Amino acid sequence: MEYLVRRRYWWFSISLLIILPGLYFLLLHPLITTGSFAIGLRPSIDFSGGSMWELRFSGKGTADVTTSAVSDVFAKNGFEGAQVQISKDIQGAPTGVVLVRTVALNPNDPNSQINAVLNGLKATFGDVTREQFETVGPTVSQESTRSAVIAVLGASLFILLYLTWAFRQAPHPLRYGVCALVAMLHDVLLVLGVAAILGTFFGLEVDALFLTALLTILSFSVHDTIVVFDRIRENLINRRSGEIFDNIVNHSVVQTLPRSINTQMTTLFTLTALLLFGGQSIRNFIAILLIGLISGTYSSIFNAAQLLVVWEHREWQNWFRRGGPDGDQGAAAV
Amino acid sequence: MRSRDLYSLLLIVIVAGVVLFINFSPSQNFLGRDVRFRLGLDLQGGIQVLLRTTNTTATKDEVQTAAGVIERRVNGLGVGETVVQVAGNDRIIVELPGVENPDQAVETLRGTGRLEFIDPQGQYIPTGTVVRTTGDPNPTKLTNTNPVSGTATLTNTVPTGPIYQSITDGKDLDTGAVQPAFSQGGTLGSRPAVAFAFKGNSALGLEKFTAASVGKPMCIVLDSQVVSCPVINAALPNGSGVIETNTPADRDRILNELKYGALPIPLVVEKSRLVTATLGQVSVNTSIVAGIAGLVVVALFMILFYRLPGFLAALALMIYTAISFAIYRLIPITLTLPGIAGFILSIGLAVDANVLIFARLREEYRRGRDIRTALELGFEESWPAIRDSNVSTIITSIVLFLFGNSFGVSIIKGFAITLFLGIVVSLFTAIVVTRTFLRLAAPMFSEQYAWLFGIDRRNTPSAEPTTPAEAM
Repeated sequence: MEYLVRRRYWWFSISLLIILPGLYFLLLHPLITTGSFAIGLRPSIDFSGGSMWELRFSGKGTADVTTSAVSDVFAKNGFEGAQVQISKDIQGAPTGVVLVRTVALNPNDPNSQINAVLNGLKATFGDVTREQFETVGPTVSQESTRSAVIAVLGASLFILLYLTWAFRQAPHPLRYGVCALVAMLHDVLLVLGVAAILGTFFGLEVDALFLTALLTILSFSVHDTIVVFDRIRENLINRRSGEIFDNIVNHSVVQTLPRSINTQMTTLFTLTALLLFGGQSIRNFIAILLIGLISGTYSSIFNAAQLLVVWEHREWQNWFRRGGPDGDQGAAAV
Repeated sequence: MRSRDLYSLLLIVIVAGVVLFINFSPSQNFLGRDVRFRLGLDLQGGIQVLLRTTNTTATKDEVQTAAGVIERRVNGLGVGETVVQVAGNDRIIVELPGVENPDQAVETLRGTGRLEFIDPQGQYIPTGTVVRTTGDPNPTKLTNTNPVSGTATLTNTVPTGPIYQSITDGKDLDTGAVQPAFSQGGTLGSRPAVAFAFKGNSALGLEKFTAASVGKPMCIVLDSQVVSCPVINAALPNGSGVIETNTPADRDRILNELKYGALPIPLVVEKSRLVTATLGQVSVNTSIVAGIAGLVVVALFMILFYRLPGFLAALALMIYTAISFAIYRLIPITLTLPGIAGFILSIGLAVDANVLIFARLREEYRRGRDIRTALELGFEESWPAIRDSNVSTIITSIVLFLFGNSFGVSIIKGFAITLFLGIVVSLFTAIVVTRTFLRLAAPMFSEQYAWLFGIDRRNTPSAEPTTPAEAM
């Protein structure tokens, strides 16, 4: 346990091991595959505009409801290029529910378009009900994207200000705020990267709920970091003479470890309950929260606190020297 | 010290009593307030639409007036717990829970409700034709009838066709005279109809035109669409008459549009979201299961790990749940699926403060303090961490709320509100409730019962005060 701080570059490497593939799919993969620069996330209709139809086919046998048959009916009724997804249960059997994504409806006369499609579907497949339907116009979706960016930046700024104020008695209060934000950035990048990977391979879409999850992860990450930093602050105030900073940080991390793990367990339990029983429509939301919260706890212990030590020794001055960064050297450089 | 704890206990008992009464009140009523749970659209089914005006010069007042007209029309539909609110400068959010035919309902609200009589120059125009009139030469219904595809922006196609002379102005309709009626019969027999009357210049114009054109057709146009072209049998005195309709449903729609006045600005559907009642019910059921599972697992975890304090924390968690529900009912807060997720997430958050305190308590006890001192120190020393971490979560929930508010994403707002309330209520239960319980319980146990607190002094304090293996 006394090696937690000394091994800090190991912990940073583990973070990079997960974040770098994510960044590849977030930034480079779309560039390589399509040749033009794009963000490797699949925006939902919340951000790109369009319509989402959740249809339940209860008429004919579910075997007749195929992706191409459904998209043909949509094409005949003015929706070319509809993306059809047949929802399946855990055993892989179709549930009779089909998700269709199309362009946005005509804002002047949405009803006749809806009716045309539903009548077309009924003529082909028998009884069809619209379980859920959502359409988002271009104006609102552009605004959503803008406010999403503002929300993330705004929350970060306020948290930085609060942390600098809360740690004003500790030496170098700004460091705590910045390190907490770096740990937060770690979680944001990790979650975005995972979303890009899941988007590329499983078609995960980024919607308004994803953004909610991201902002929640931000706050929980800072929550965890503060608990660790608070212990460092307390131990610094009661510092014995000759006690080195590395050991104080190490102590503090070890002391808060039971709490970090136990709190993580309780949120893990509640989220797993939600994941198992909480309903289809929030499943992606909960999964993203789960990934982010685990990352948040990891980054508070293994990144935020460790970065304080890196900053204390100004280790970046050694990073590009011969031999490169090494945990043992860093600890010895007091 | 002792009496202060008793006062706290009294406070807790009173709060618990009040919230239990609110939650289990058989009449669903508390001090004259309706305290039923309000369920959002995703839980009870219904439709939410975001209407935007296409009129770029529309003032805030006009949007406000339009919202007022829509609100009266919504009330005319007879659906409970509807929402009509202005968002931003040019938008109106309408929520209609539990509507049977949601698309039709939205069309009724959106219809401008502008009634005109036009001179068709002796021709019969087929019912449903969109026409240009001198009152509105460029009707929105004519522009852009094709669906927008891809990233194409809305372009206004220039409408063609003759412009008919309007005899009346929609503004002159006497909304007080709009009544349901039955037509006098004729070849099609008695049919549902709407009685109307015009005021001022329009009344005079209508009377004059009908007197001059007996035997010729005249078209009734509602929102630029021809309703019918009856033959004038006699002059319409005082500008009043009836509009014949085919079905009672049509009658009700036209009645509703006319009765509450015309909309000052045209509105289009910018965003709409529909959920069926069946799907909503499924979501309610799964949320209840998820909530109970979350609560039980967290309570068990706390009891197994922290024993007596854990049990008291689990008790406080029950009080926390009861208080939260009572607040949702009282304010009232409309529960949505993400809102419930926010609540269940806050269960984990609610015990976090207790976990911090109990971890401290064990540490202090292991350093050689007696139970009571360890308890006080546990609360005292974990407070800064609890305060700072909760403030940062409060900041995020406020940002989330403002973000959700800015463009009418009520789902995010619901999550932000329940998360915020969860933090505030959990601070009360984790600090006041658990502390009081523990203070009252601690003196009953001497050192030999220390195992009840999950602490054991056989591991004497060492240079390294805590290792995770011991603490857990």
